[in-house]
Amino acid sequence: MEAYASLFVQAAFVENLALAFFLGMCTFLAVSKRVETAIGLGLAVIVIQVITVPVNHLIFRFLLADGALAWAGLPDVDLSFLGLVSYIGVIAALVQILEMTLDRFVPKLYNALGIFLPLITVNCAILGGTLFMVERQYNLPESVVYGVGSGAGWAIALIALAGIREKLKYSDVPDGLQGLGIAFIIVGLMSLSFMGFSGI
Amino acid sequence: MSEARTVLIDPLVDNNPVTLQMLGICSALAVTTSLLPALLMCVALTSVAALAGAAISALRHRIPNNIRIIVHMTIIASLVILVDQLLKAYAFETSKQLSVFVGLIITNCIVLGRAEAFAMKNGVVMSFIDGLGNGLGYSIILIAVATLRELFGAGTLLGYPVFELASSGGWYEANGLMLLPPSAFFIIGLLIWGIRTWRKQQVEKPEYQIHEVHRTEVF
Repeated sequence: MEAYASLFVQAAFVENLALAFFLGMCTFLAVSKRVETAIGLGLAVIVIQVITVPVNHLIFRFLLADGALAWAGLPDVDLSFLGLVSYIGVIAALVQILEMTLDRFVPKLYNALGIFLPLITVNCAILGGTLFMVERQYNLPESVVYGVGSGAGWAIALIALAGIREKLKYSDVPDGLQGLGIAFIIVGLMSLSFMGFSGI
Repeated sequence: MSEARTVLIDPLVDNNPVTLQMLGICSALAVTTSLLPALLMCVALTSVAALAGAAISALRHRIPNNIRIIVHMTIIASLVILVDQLLKAYAFETSKQLSVFVGLIITNCIVLGRAEAFAMKNGVVMSFIDGLGNGLGYSIILIAVATLRELFGAGTLLGYPVFELASSGGWYEANGLMLLPPSAFFIIGLLIWGIRTWRKQQVEKPEYQIHEVHRTEVF
Protein backbone atom coordinates (compact mmCIF):
# COMPACT_ATOMS: atom_id res chain seq x y z
CA MET A 1 0.00 0.00 0.00
CA GLU A 2 2.78 2.37 0.96
CA ALA A 3 4.49 1.77 -2.37
CA TYR A 4 1.34 2.85 -4.21
CA ALA A 5 0.95 5.95 -2.05
CA SER A 6 4.51 7.01 -2.76
CA LEU A 7 4.02 6.28 -6.48
CA PHE A 8 0.95 8.52 -6.41
CA VAL A 9 2.79 11.40 -4.71
CA GLN A 10 5.71 10.95 -7.08
CA ALA A 11 3.48 11.02 -10.17
CA ALA A 12 1.32 13.92 -8.98
CA PHE A 13 3.88 16.27 -7.44
CA VAL A 14 7.55 15.34 -7.79
CA GLU A 15 7.42 14.30 -11.44
CA ASN A 16 4.50 16.51 -12.39
CA LEU A 17 3.89 15.95 -16.11
CA ALA A 18 3.39 19.62 -16.85
CA LEU A 19 5.98 21.24 -14.61
CA ALA A 20 8.83 18.72 -14.65
CA PHE A 21 8.42 17.12 -18.08
CA PHE A 22 6.82 19.99 -20.02
CA LEU A 23 4.02 17.73 -21.27
CA GLY A 24 0.71 19.09 -22.48
CA MET A 25 2.17 22.60 -22.53
CA CYS A 26 0.13 23.82 -25.52
CA THR A 27 -3.23 23.16 -23.88
CA PHE A 28 -1.74 24.04 -20.48
CA LEU A 29 -1.02 27.60 -21.62
CA ALA A 30 -4.02 28.01 -23.91
CA VAL A 31 -6.73 26.85 -21.50
CA SER A 32 -5.43 28.40 -18.27
CA LYS A 33 -7.06 31.80 -18.62
CA ARG A 34 -10.18 30.99 -16.56
CA VAL A 35 -10.51 28.74 -13.52
CA GLU A 36 -13.86 27.22 -14.58
CA THR A 37 -12.65 25.94 -17.94
CA ALA A 38 -9.43 24.79 -16.30
CA ILE A 39 -11.39 22.64 -13.83
CA GLY A 40 -13.40 21.11 -16.70
CA LEU A 41 -10.32 20.24 -18.72
CA GLY A 42 -8.48 19.00 -15.63
CA LEU A 43 -11.29 16.56 -14.81
CA ALA A 44 -11.43 15.33 -18.41
CA VAL A 45 -7.68 14.70 -18.41
CA ILE A 46 -7.84 12.74 -15.14
CA VAL A 47 -10.66 10.54 -16.48
CA ILE A 48 -8.93 9.82 -19.79
CA GLN A 49 -5.55 9.25 -18.12
CA VAL A 50 -7.05 6.76 -15.62
CA ILE A 51 -8.56 4.74 -18.47
CA THR A 52 -5.82 4.94 -21.14
CA VAL A 53 -2.77 4.09 -19.06
CA PRO A 54 -4.08 0.69 -17.83
CA VAL A 55 -5.65 -0.14 -21.22
CA ASN A 56 -2.40 0.61 -23.02
CA HIS A 57 -0.61 -1.41 -20.37
CA LEU A 58 -2.76 -4.45 -21.22
CA ILE A 59 -2.22 -3.92 -24.94
CA PHE A 60 1.53 -3.66 -24.43
CA ARG A 61 1.69 -6.74 -22.20
CA PHE A 62 -0.52 -9.06 -24.21
CA LEU A 63 0.01 -7.91 -27.80
CA LEU A 64 3.11 -5.84 -28.40
CA ALA A 65 5.95 -6.65 -26.00
CA ASP A 66 8.73 -9.01 -26.97
CA GLY A 67 7.28 -12.55 -26.71
CA ALA A 68 3.88 -11.24 -25.61
CA LEU A 69 2.05 -13.21 -28.26
CA ALA A 70 3.13 -16.49 -26.67
CA TRP A 71 -0.50 -17.12 -25.66
CA ALA A 72 -1.39 -17.19 -29.36
CA GLY A 73 1.38 -19.66 -30.15
CA LEU A 74 3.79 -17.02 -31.53
CA PRO A 75 6.53 -16.71 -28.88
CA ASP A 76 9.14 -15.22 -31.25
CA VAL A 77 7.13 -12.24 -32.45
CA ASP A 78 8.17 -8.76 -31.24
CA LEU A 79 5.67 -6.10 -32.26
CA SER A 80 6.95 -3.37 -29.93
CA PHE A 81 7.80 -1.14 -32.92
CA LEU A 82 4.04 -0.80 -33.50
CA GLY A 83 3.67 0.73 -30.02
CA LEU A 84 3.29 4.39 -30.97
CA VAL A 85 0.59 3.80 -33.58
CA SER A 86 -1.38 1.49 -31.27
CA TYR A 87 -1.22 3.81 -28.26
CA ILE A 88 -2.39 6.86 -30.18
CA GLY A 89 -5.13 4.76 -31.78
CA VAL A 90 -6.30 3.56 -28.36
CA ILE A 91 -6.27 7.11 -27.00
CA ALA A 92 -8.22 8.51 -29.97
CA ALA A 93 -10.76 5.68 -29.79
CA LEU A 94 -11.22 5.97 -26.01
CA VAL A 95 -11.70 9.72 -26.22
CA GLN A 96 -14.33 9.17 -28.92
CA ILE A 97 -16.12 6.49 -26.87
CA LEU A 98 -16.05 8.62 -23.72
CA GLU A 99 -17.45 11.53 -25.71
CA MET A 100 -20.36 9.43 -27.01
CA THR A 101 -21.06 7.86 -23.59
CA LEU A 102 -21.10 11.23 -21.86
CA ASP A 103 -23.33 12.69 -24.58
CA ARG A 104 -25.81 9.83 -24.10
CA PHE A 105 -25.85 9.46 -20.31
CA VAL A 106 -24.46 12.65 -18.72
CA PRO A 107 -25.24 15.43 -21.22
CA LYS A 108 -24.62 18.08 -18.54
CA LEU A 109 -20.98 17.08 -18.08
CA TYR A 110 -20.63 16.63 -21.84
CA ASN A 111 -21.72 20.22 -22.45
CA ALA A 112 -19.44 21.49 -19.69
CA LEU A 113 -16.38 19.81 -21.19
CA GLY A 114 -17.32 20.97 -24.69
CA ILE A 115 -14.46 21.20 -27.14
CA PHE A 116 -11.86 20.02 -24.61
CA LEU A 117 -12.71 16.34 -25.00
CA PRO A 118 -11.58 15.92 -28.62
CA LEU A 119 -8.55 18.13 -27.90
CA ILE A 120 -7.34 15.62 -25.32
CA THR A 121 -6.41 13.18 -28.09
CA VAL A 122 -3.50 15.41 -29.05
CA ASN A 123 -2.53 16.26 -25.48
CA CYS A 124 1.06 15.12 -24.99
CA ALA A 125 0.42 14.46 -21.29
CA ILE A 126 -1.84 11.52 -22.16
CA LEU A 127 0.53 9.87 -24.62
CA GLY A 128 3.45 10.78 -22.33
CA GLY A 129 1.80 8.98 -19.41
CA THR A 130 1.46 5.83 -21.50
CA LEU A 131 5.05 6.02 -22.78
CA PHE A 132 6.43 6.51 -19.25
CA MET A 133 4.37 3.52 -18.09
CA VAL A 134 5.94 1.37 -20.80
CA GLU A 135 9.46 2.69 -20.22
CA ARG A 136 9.32 2.19 -16.43
CA GLN A 137 7.65 -1.24 -16.75
CA TYR A 138 4.79 -0.65 -14.32
CA ASN A 139 2.45 -3.58 -13.63
CA LEU A 140 -1.34 -3.26 -13.84
CA PRO A 141 -2.15 -1.84 -10.35
CA GLU A 142 0.88 0.46 -10.60
CA SER A 143 -0.28 1.77 -13.96
CA VAL A 144 -3.73 2.53 -12.53
CA VAL A 145 -2.14 4.49 -9.66
CA TYR A 146 0.25 6.20 -12.06
CA GLY A 147 -2.69 7.16 -14.30
CA VAL A 148 -4.60 8.73 -11.39
CA GLY A 149 -1.52 10.46 -10.00
CA SER A 150 -0.18 11.93 -13.21
CA GLY A 151 -3.64 13.06 -14.32
CA ALA A 152 -4.33 14.67 -10.95
CA GLY A 153 -0.93 16.38 -10.92
CA TRP A 154 -1.52 17.87 -14.36
CA ALA A 155 -5.00 19.06 -13.33
CA ILE A 156 -3.70 20.64 -10.10
CA ALA A 157 -0.99 22.52 -11.98
CA LEU A 158 -3.49 23.71 -14.61
CA ILE A 159 -6.06 24.95 -12.08
CA ALA A 160 -3.39 26.69 -9.98
CA LEU A 161 -2.00 28.46 -13.06
CA ALA A 162 -5.51 29.52 -14.10
CA GLY A 163 -6.07 30.99 -10.64
CA ILE A 164 -2.86 32.99 -10.84
CA ARG A 165 -3.56 34.21 -14.37
CA GLU A 166 -7.05 35.38 -13.44
CA LYS A 167 -5.53 37.70 -10.85
CA LEU A 168 -2.70 38.66 -13.14
CA LYS A 169 -5.07 40.35 -15.58
CA TYR A 170 -5.16 43.37 -13.28
CA SER A 171 -1.42 43.85 -13.01
CA ASP A 172 0.77 46.12 -15.07
CA VAL A 173 3.00 43.83 -17.14
CA PRO A 174 5.65 45.21 -19.55
CA ASP A 175 4.38 45.26 -23.15
CA GLY A 176 6.60 42.55 -24.62
CA LEU A 177 6.00 40.24 -21.69
CA GLN A 178 2.21 40.54 -21.88
CA GLY A 179 0.30 37.26 -22.23
CA LEU A 180 2.46 34.32 -23.23
CA GLY A 181 5.76 35.69 -21.86
CA ILE A 182 4.57 36.30 -18.31
CA ALA A 183 2.72 32.97 -18.36
CA PHE A 184 6.02 31.20 -18.99
CA ILE A 185 7.74 33.04 -16.13
CA ILE A 186 4.89 32.07 -13.78
CA VAL A 187 5.02 28.45 -14.87
CA GLY A 188 8.76 28.55 -14.17
CA LEU A 189 8.13 29.81 -10.64
CA MET A 190 5.44 27.15 -10.10
CA SER A 191 7.85 24.53 -11.36
CA LEU A 192 10.43 25.77 -8.84
CA SER A 193 7.95 25.46 -5.99
CA PHE A 194 6.83 21.99 -7.08
CA MET A 195 10.47 20.90 -6.90
CA GLY A 196 10.15 21.42 -3.16
CA PHE A 197 8.03 18.27 -3.05
CA SER A 198 10.98 16.13 -4.06
CA GLY A 199 11.88 15.48 -0.42
CA ILE A 200 8.62 13.63 0.33
CA MET B 1 10.24 31.03 -56.10
CA SER B 2 9.77 34.03 -53.85
CA GLU B 3 6.58 32.46 -52.48
CA ALA B 4 8.51 29.37 -51.46
CA ARG B 5 11.06 31.64 -49.78
CA THR B 6 8.37 33.41 -47.76
CA VAL B 7 6.89 30.08 -46.70
CA LEU B 8 10.34 28.95 -45.57
CA ILE B 9 11.55 32.16 -43.88
CA ASP B 10 8.32 33.44 -42.33
CA PRO B 11 8.06 30.83 -39.51
CA LEU B 12 11.62 31.56 -38.33
CA VAL B 13 10.92 34.80 -36.42
CA ASP B 14 7.84 36.65 -37.70
CA ASN B 15 5.47 33.72 -37.36
CA ASN B 16 7.45 31.44 -35.10
CA PRO B 17 5.37 28.40 -34.12
CA VAL B 18 6.73 28.32 -30.55
CA THR B 19 6.92 31.93 -29.42
CA LEU B 20 3.95 33.35 -31.35
CA GLN B 21 1.52 30.50 -31.93
CA MET B 22 2.25 28.69 -28.66
CA LEU B 23 2.56 25.34 -30.44
CA GLY B 24 4.78 22.35 -29.94
CA ILE B 25 6.52 23.34 -26.75
CA CYS B 26 5.26 20.19 -25.08
CA SER B 27 7.38 17.36 -26.25
CA ALA B 28 10.63 19.21 -26.43
CA LEU B 29 11.85 21.33 -23.56
CA ALA B 30 12.80 18.34 -21.44
CA VAL B 31 15.55 17.45 -23.92
CA THR B 32 17.21 20.87 -23.77
CA THR B 33 19.50 20.21 -20.80
CA SER B 34 22.33 19.64 -23.27
CA LEU B 35 22.87 20.52 -26.90
CA LEU B 36 23.39 17.13 -28.56
CA PRO B 37 19.99 15.56 -27.76
CA ALA B 38 18.35 18.88 -28.59
CA LEU B 39 20.00 18.88 -32.04
CA LEU B 40 18.86 15.32 -32.70
CA MET B 41 15.35 16.23 -31.57
CA CYS B 42 15.36 19.18 -34.02
CA VAL B 43 16.44 16.96 -36.90
CA ALA B 44 13.79 14.38 -35.97
CA LEU B 45 10.99 16.93 -35.68
CA THR B 46 11.93 18.88 -38.81
CA SER B 47 12.08 15.75 -40.96
CA VAL B 48 8.77 14.47 -39.59
CA ALA B 49 7.10 17.86 -40.13
CA ALA B 50 8.38 18.17 -43.71
CA LEU B 51 7.61 14.58 -44.73
CA ALA B 52 4.21 14.57 -43.02
CA GLY B 53 3.34 17.80 -44.84
CA ALA B 54 4.32 16.28 -48.18
CA ALA B 55 2.52 12.97 -47.55
CA ILE B 56 -0.69 14.55 -46.30
CA SER B 57 -0.69 17.06 -49.14
CA ALA B 58 -0.25 14.24 -51.68
CA LEU B 59 -3.26 12.43 -50.20
CA ARG B 60 -5.37 15.53 -49.55
CA HIS B 61 -8.00 14.84 -52.24
CA ARG B 62 -8.51 11.27 -51.03
CA ILE B 63 -8.79 11.85 -47.26
CA PRO B 64 -12.48 11.93 -46.22
CA ASN B 65 -13.02 15.14 -44.31
CA ASN B 66 -14.71 13.72 -41.20
CA ILE B 67 -11.98 11.21 -40.34
CA ARG B 68 -9.05 13.40 -41.40
CA ILE B 69 -7.56 13.75 -37.90
CA ILE B 70 -7.22 9.99 -37.50
CA VAL B 71 -5.65 9.69 -40.96
CA HIS B 72 -3.20 12.51 -40.10
CA MET B 73 -2.34 10.85 -36.81
CA THR B 74 -1.66 7.52 -38.51
CA ILE B 75 0.59 9.09 -41.16
CA ILE B 76 2.49 11.10 -38.54
CA ALA B 77 2.78 8.13 -36.17
CA SER B 78 4.21 5.96 -38.97
CA LEU B 79 6.81 8.62 -39.79
CA VAL B 80 7.72 8.97 -36.11
CA ILE B 81 8.16 5.20 -35.79
CA LEU B 82 10.51 5.38 -38.79
CA VAL B 83 12.57 8.17 -37.19
CA ASP B 84 12.56 6.37 -33.83
CA GLN B 85 13.89 3.16 -35.38
CA LEU B 86 16.57 5.08 -37.32
CA LEU B 87 17.72 6.84 -34.15
CA LYS B 88 17.85 3.56 -32.24
CA ALA B 89 19.92 2.03 -35.03
CA TYR B 90 22.44 4.85 -35.59
CA ALA B 91 22.49 6.97 -32.41
CA PHE B 92 21.57 4.55 -29.66
CA GLU B 93 23.14 6.42 -26.72
CA THR B 94 21.43 9.73 -27.53
CA SER B 95 18.15 8.00 -28.32
CA LYS B 96 18.22 6.60 -24.77
CA GLN B 97 18.59 10.18 -23.48
CA LEU B 98 15.64 11.32 -25.59
CA SER B 99 13.60 8.46 -24.04
CA VAL B 100 9.89 9.00 -24.60
CA PHE B 101 10.21 12.39 -26.24
CA VAL B 102 10.77 11.13 -29.79
CA GLY B 103 7.47 9.26 -29.54
CA LEU B 104 5.83 12.45 -28.34
CA ILE B 105 6.53 14.12 -31.71
CA ILE B 106 3.22 12.44 -32.71
CA THR B 107 1.28 14.77 -30.46
CA ASN B 108 3.43 17.77 -31.28
CA CYS B 109 0.96 20.45 -32.23
CA ILE B 110 3.28 21.93 -34.88
CA VAL B 111 3.14 18.83 -37.06
CA LEU B 112 -0.61 18.34 -36.77
CA GLY B 113 -1.32 22.08 -36.93
CA ARG B 114 0.60 22.53 -40.19
CA ALA B 115 -1.08 19.43 -41.64
CA GLU B 116 -4.48 20.94 -40.86
CA ALA B 117 -3.74 24.53 -41.77
CA PHE B 118 -1.39 24.21 -44.72
CA ALA B 119 -0.92 20.73 -46.20
CA MET B 120 -4.66 20.13 -46.70
CA LYS B 121 -4.87 23.19 -48.96
CA ASN B 122 -1.53 23.35 -50.80
CA GLY B 123 0.65 21.34 -53.18
CA VAL B 124 3.20 18.72 -52.23
CA VAL B 125 6.37 20.80 -52.70
CA MET B 126 5.00 23.85 -50.86
CA SER B 127 3.77 21.68 -47.99
CA PHE B 128 7.21 20.12 -47.73
CA ILE B 129 8.83 23.57 -47.58
CA ASP B 130 6.25 24.76 -45.05
CA GLY B 131 6.98 21.77 -42.82
CA LEU B 132 10.69 22.45 -43.18
CA GLY B 133 10.26 26.12 -42.27
CA ASN B 134 8.16 25.44 -39.20
CA GLY B 135 10.53 22.69 -38.11
CA LEU B 136 13.40 25.16 -38.40
CA GLY B 137 11.48 27.83 -36.48
CA TYR B 138 11.04 25.33 -33.68
CA SER B 139 14.69 24.29 -33.95
CA ILE B 140 15.94 27.87 -33.51
CA ILE B 141 14.15 28.17 -30.16
CA LEU B 142 15.17 24.70 -29.03
CA ILE B 143 18.83 25.20 -29.94
CA ALA B 144 18.92 28.64 -28.28
CA VAL B 145 17.49 27.22 -25.04
CA ALA B 146 19.76 24.15 -25.12
CA THR B 147 22.89 26.25 -25.79
CA LEU B 148 22.15 28.56 -22.86
CA ARG B 149 21.31 25.68 -20.51
CA GLU B 150 24.33 23.54 -21.34
CA LEU B 151 26.76 26.48 -21.41
CA PHE B 152 25.72 27.98 -18.07
CA GLY B 153 24.63 24.75 -16.42
CA ALA B 154 27.65 22.60 -17.15
CA GLY B 155 30.16 24.98 -18.78
CA THR B 156 30.32 22.79 -21.90
CA LEU B 157 28.95 22.78 -25.45
CA LEU B 158 28.26 19.44 -27.16
CA GLY B 159 30.29 17.92 -24.32
CA TYR B 160 33.42 20.02 -24.99
CA PRO B 161 34.45 22.32 -22.12
CA VAL B 162 34.02 26.03 -22.92
CA PHE B 163 34.11 27.57 -19.46
CA GLU B 164 36.71 26.09 -17.08
CA LEU B 165 34.72 24.76 -14.12
CA ALA B 166 35.72 25.81 -10.60
CA SER B 167 35.57 22.17 -9.51
CA SER B 168 38.42 21.37 -11.92
CA GLY B 169 40.52 24.44 -11.16
CA GLY B 170 38.90 26.97 -13.52
CA TRP B 171 36.97 30.16 -12.85
CA TYR B 172 33.37 29.24 -13.65
CA GLU B 173 30.99 28.09 -10.92
CA ALA B 174 28.34 25.96 -12.67
CA ASN B 175 24.76 27.17 -12.23
CA GLY B 176 22.81 24.08 -11.18
CA LEU B 177 19.43 25.73 -11.70
CA MET B 178 20.10 25.75 -15.46
CA LEU B 179 19.94 21.96 -15.52
CA LEU B 180 16.58 21.87 -13.72
CA PRO B 181 13.18 22.21 -15.46
CA PRO B 182 12.25 25.74 -14.24
CA SER B 183 15.14 27.38 -16.10
CA ALA B 184 13.68 26.28 -19.46
CA PHE B 185 10.46 28.14 -18.67
CA PHE B 186 12.36 31.26 -17.64
CA ILE B 187 14.55 31.21 -20.75
CA ILE B 188 11.57 30.79 -23.09
CA GLY B 189 9.69 33.56 -21.27
CA LEU B 190 12.64 35.92 -21.62
CA LEU B 191 13.17 34.92 -25.29
CA ILE B 192 9.54 35.80 -26.00
CA TRP B 193 10.04 39.13 -24.26
CA GLY B 194 13.10 39.78 -26.39
CA ILE B 195 11.44 38.85 -29.67
CA ARG B 196 8.34 40.90 -28.90
CA THR B 197 10.36 43.95 -27.97
CA TRP B 198 12.15 43.63 -31.32
CA ARG B 199 8.97 42.88 -33.36
CA LYS B 200 6.38 45.17 -31.77
CA GLN B 201 3.45 43.82 -33.81
CA GLN B 202 3.58 40.52 -31.90
CA VAL B 203 2.72 42.15 -28.56
CA GLU B 204 -0.56 40.87 -27.08
CA LYS B 205 -3.27 43.28 -26.02
CA PRO B 206 -3.81 43.31 -22.24
CA GLU B 207 -7.22 41.89 -21.29
CA TYR B 208 -7.85 44.55 -18.72
CA GLN B 209 -6.95 48.16 -19.35
CA ILE B 210 -5.51 49.85 -16.27
CA HIS B 211 -7.14 53.25 -15.97
CA GLU B 212 -4.67 55.85 -14.82
CA VAL B 213 -6.12 58.51 -12.59
CA HIS B 214 -4.30 61.77 -12.16
CA ARG B 215 -4.10 62.92 -8.57
CA THR B 216 -6.14 66.05 -9.31
CA GLU B 217 -9.08 63.94 -10.58
CA VAL B 218 -9.49 62.20 -7.23
CA PHE B 219 -11.10 65.12 -5.55
